[in-house]
Amino acid sequence: MKISVNVDGVTYADEVEPRLLLVHYLRERLGRTGTVVGCDTGNCGACTVHLDGHSIKSCQMFAVQANGHEITTIEGLARDGRLHPVQEAFRNNHALQCGFCTPGMIMQAIDLLADESDPDDETVRKGLEGNLCRCTGYQNIVRAVQDAAHRMRPGAGPKMEQHSDEHVTSKQPVGGE
Amino acid sequence: MTATAEPEVGKPRLRKEDARLITGQTRWTDNIQLTGMLHMAVLRSPVAHARIRNIDCSRATAMPGVALVLTGEDFAAEQGSLPCAWPITADMKSPPAPAMAVDQVNFAGEAVALVIADNAYRAADALAAIDVDYDELPVVLDLAEAVDDHDLVHPDLGTNKCATWVYDSAEAGSGTNVEDEIANAEVVLERTFRQQRLIPSFMEPRSVVVDPSADMFTIWSATQIPHILRWMLSATTDIAEHKIRVIAPDVGGGFGGKLQVTPEELLCLLAARRMGRPVKWTETRTESMMSAHHGRDQIQKITLAARRDGTVTGLKVELLADMGAYLRLVSPGIPILGAFMYNAIYKFAAYRFVCTNVFTNKVPTDAYRGAGRPEATFAIERMMDELAVELGMDPMKIREMNWIKHEEFPFTTVAGMTYDSGNYEAATARAMELFGYEELREEQERRRADGSAVQLGIGISTYTEMCGLAPSRVLGALRYAAGGWETASIRMLPTGKVEVITGTSPHGQGHETVWSQIVADRLGVPFEDVEVLHGDTASSHKGMDSYGSRSLSVGGTALVHAADKVLAKARKLAAHMMECDEADVEFASGSFSVRGTSTARTLGDVVLAAHVAHDLPEGMEPGMDADATFDPDNFSFPHGTHLCATEVDTETGMVKIRSYVAVDDVGTVVNPLIVDGQVHGGLAQGIAQALFEEAIHDETGTLTTATFADYLVPSAADLPSFITTRTSTPATTNPLGVKGVGEAGTIASTPAVVNSVLDAVRHLGVRDIEMPLSPERVWTALQGGSADASTPAAGGLGSIDSQGGQQ
Repeated sequence: MKISVNVDGVTYADEVEPRLLLVHYLRERLGRTGTVVGCDTGNCGACTVHLDGHSIKSCQMFAVQANGHEITTIEGLARDGRLHPVQEAFRNNHALQCGFCTPGMIMQAIDLLADESDPDDETVRKGLEGNLCRCTGYQNIVRAVQDAAHRMRPGAGPKMEQHSDEHVTSKQPVGGE
Repeated sequence: MTATAEPEVGKPRLRKEDARLITGQTRWTDNIQLTGMLHMAVLRSPVAHARIRNIDCSRATAMPGVALVLTGEDFAAEQGSLPCAWPITADMKSPPAPAMAVDQVNFAGEAVALVIADNAYRAADALAAIDVDYDELPVVLDLAEAVDDHDLVHPDLGTNKCATWVYDSAEAGSGTNVEDEIANAEVVLERTFRQQRLIPSFMEPRSVVVDPSADMFTIWSATQIPHILRWMLSATTDIAEHKIRVIAPDVGGGFGGKLQVTPEELLCLLAARRMGRPVKWTETRTESMMSAHHGRDQIQKITLAARRDGTVTGLKVELLADMGAYLRLVSPGIPILGAFMYNAIYKFAAYRFVCTNVFTNKVPTDAYRGAGRPEATFAIERMMDELAVELGMDPMKIREMNWIKHEEFPFTTVAGMTYDSGNYEAATARAMELFGYEELREEQERRRADGSAVQLGIGISTYTEMCGLAPSRVLGALRYAAGGWETASIRMLPTGKVEVITGTSPHGQGHETVWSQIVADRLGVPFEDVEVLHGDTASSHKGMDSYGSRSLSVGGTALVHAADKVLAKARKLAAHMMECDEADVEFASGSFSVRGTSTARTLGDVVLAAHVAHDLPEGMEPGMDADATFDPDNFSFPHGTHLCATEVDTETGMVKIRSYVAVDDVGTVVNPLIVDGQVHGGLAQGIAQALFEEAIHDETGTLTTATFADYLVPSAADLPSFITTRTSTPATTNPLGVKGVGEAGTIASTPAVVNSVLDAVRHLGVRDIEMPLSPERVWTALQGGSADASTPAAGGLGSIDSQGGQQ
């Protein structure tokens, strides 16, 4: 079947077998090996990517189901050479050891933070329940996600990058179109 | 000695490895794509014990994309027998271990045929078209029944008993006779514990790529042991060692599970040779769980002799250890690694350890985090609690009165080990304070008095372990086939940058970061200027790889010695350059100077002078590189005190860890961030054994826990946050003072959790619960417990058949 999928900002048009799993399409056809396979049953979450901005397990979807959709992987997170705050937080909090679960864990954490801007310990743990890590005991992962939440909170960045709405609206031309 | 302005050793450096791991730029084996590469898929036996009557590959061979279908018979002449490097006794029974079954299968999951195809999907399709006829044989599954030899796993051996290994303190001269101590004891406790079967469950499934081109076999493998793998593959096949290059790229966890020479590595190598093209094999999770080796699976019968005042006198350990169907690389030695640890931190007069290794029709067992030592620590820490209950004493007090006091180090134990350093009092005091021990005991009393539905329990584990594998002469005495040294090289590059080559092979531990810190600290060069090369036998030509918490204490020490060789030579050349006596040269912050003058040369200046070699002292070779190999004199002995508080819901059997305090003494800490991480992860795995994980075979020998839906690796929601801190008594057996931390958390935590749960429900009549302590098991024990509270039989409720252990 012919599919057209946007992956990390690039649109690909490919002929694929209907049974090809999305994760294998990403890894084998597109060479985007940052996303990995850890199990066959959707339990480990290592293959987590975003489909139209929401986390999905790419071993539980066929490539054809992604037709016409946007996929974001761990390789598409950095912007202009700058890491996503969740990536930064994972490094700063030693939230990874072997790193195999990390891409999926980061993608799931970003999804979680979209819903919960200031999650407590239990919210993070429940939000990451579908992603297994065998190395870290999760403690530093929880810390990293909370640290990222703080960095991503409005007003948390460097001062020069902060714009209040008032500041912006005050510069808008008043009246008329 | 620190040569940097600020010490690198002890600094919580963020990891060098992370940049690639958080961006998806990692080099996993399964990422490798080579031109013309074929894919291997393995057909596995669905039955646990059978003769293979016939294998029909004709339909599979004809399928699209299939290049070749092979059976064990096709490889019989070249596959040899997979190596077992640890024949623990001279008369150990060791059956042939073909990579692919030839005429008989001995466990469900064993390879019986393979397909080579142009992609992995087509290879998997063809597997379904292979027809195998089996004549089923009786299956041998139960460890205690297997020793009776009614049915045999390997009829040719005439028995299921593989070997019996004994340590006796009276015979060894390290203590008195245990039978005398038992006969004369005021109190004798006998308990039987079951160490359930576990699956290491590394997150990265195993994967192998073999490229046979260019007159060389280049093998990428998700392995902990590239050096041992190269040696063993050449020893098993007719391929010469120098024609094999093994690369362990980024490896996604191991925990002992990738300390193996696997059937699939060998099959992939033979298939690539036959095809003359690169071949890749990557397992599915279910394949991993039913064919990669398992861990633990022992029955432990423990007899403890003591006086009524609480002083322990004798300890007798009788084990049955399940090898599964075959002996893998170090299977027979795993329980023996625990033999020296049952006496733990306590001063027993007499000790006897007898272990019988047994074959069953199950997945072979081998190393899993802790390997022998978690079993030992569990048994002794459970027994110390049992003794406290028996005598009505506080469980911490009874430990304290029996442990080795800090002023008694170095201390030679009843098992013949010499503990170099430690301070059990200090670690315990810190843990008790952080835990709030007295307050929790008061709360426990209140809840008991109230008859609260949720009861509180407190569990203790004052553990020690032996790691830093290992002094080669000791390994030799234990009949292990290899040494325990480690090697390191330092290449000083002309621009002053440093390349470090190590024989250790990390798979998540952060060696690139920590090894950089050690070298930076020693040579006074910036942390960023050090590059660590590992895991490729072409660049790192020798090494003994990573397992047994050995990398830092053995490999790190080799690195220190190599750095010292660089400095010794550099000092000579610096003296020559500054025209002074070598004795007047001082080295600090990466610079040599003449004592009492302002004359100085940086290490970089000296390295460049050595590299260009225009003006060297008479007889000095150009260059400033150095190699060192370190063979330790002794093991290292980390220890600590772990305290666990659990809340047990007596209505549902649900266990919740309320608080967990771990105070560990791992000697000197190079990177506290990484040490904390190792402890966290170790705790998670030990807690998982206590509460969640168990590999279960049904009555036909089928593994029923072959997915992550059935085998309960804990998620973030299943675990608490831990309070971790450290006390430190530096090891005296290596220049860094380090002891190792990879396994400590796993070794310590299992008994802390189980002791805690039992402490919560013991007053309700429960005396033991088999691991894992699932809600169902806890609830069941509580039902029986209340009904049976009047008959406090030894072993008690939920405990297993008292016939277990050495017969």
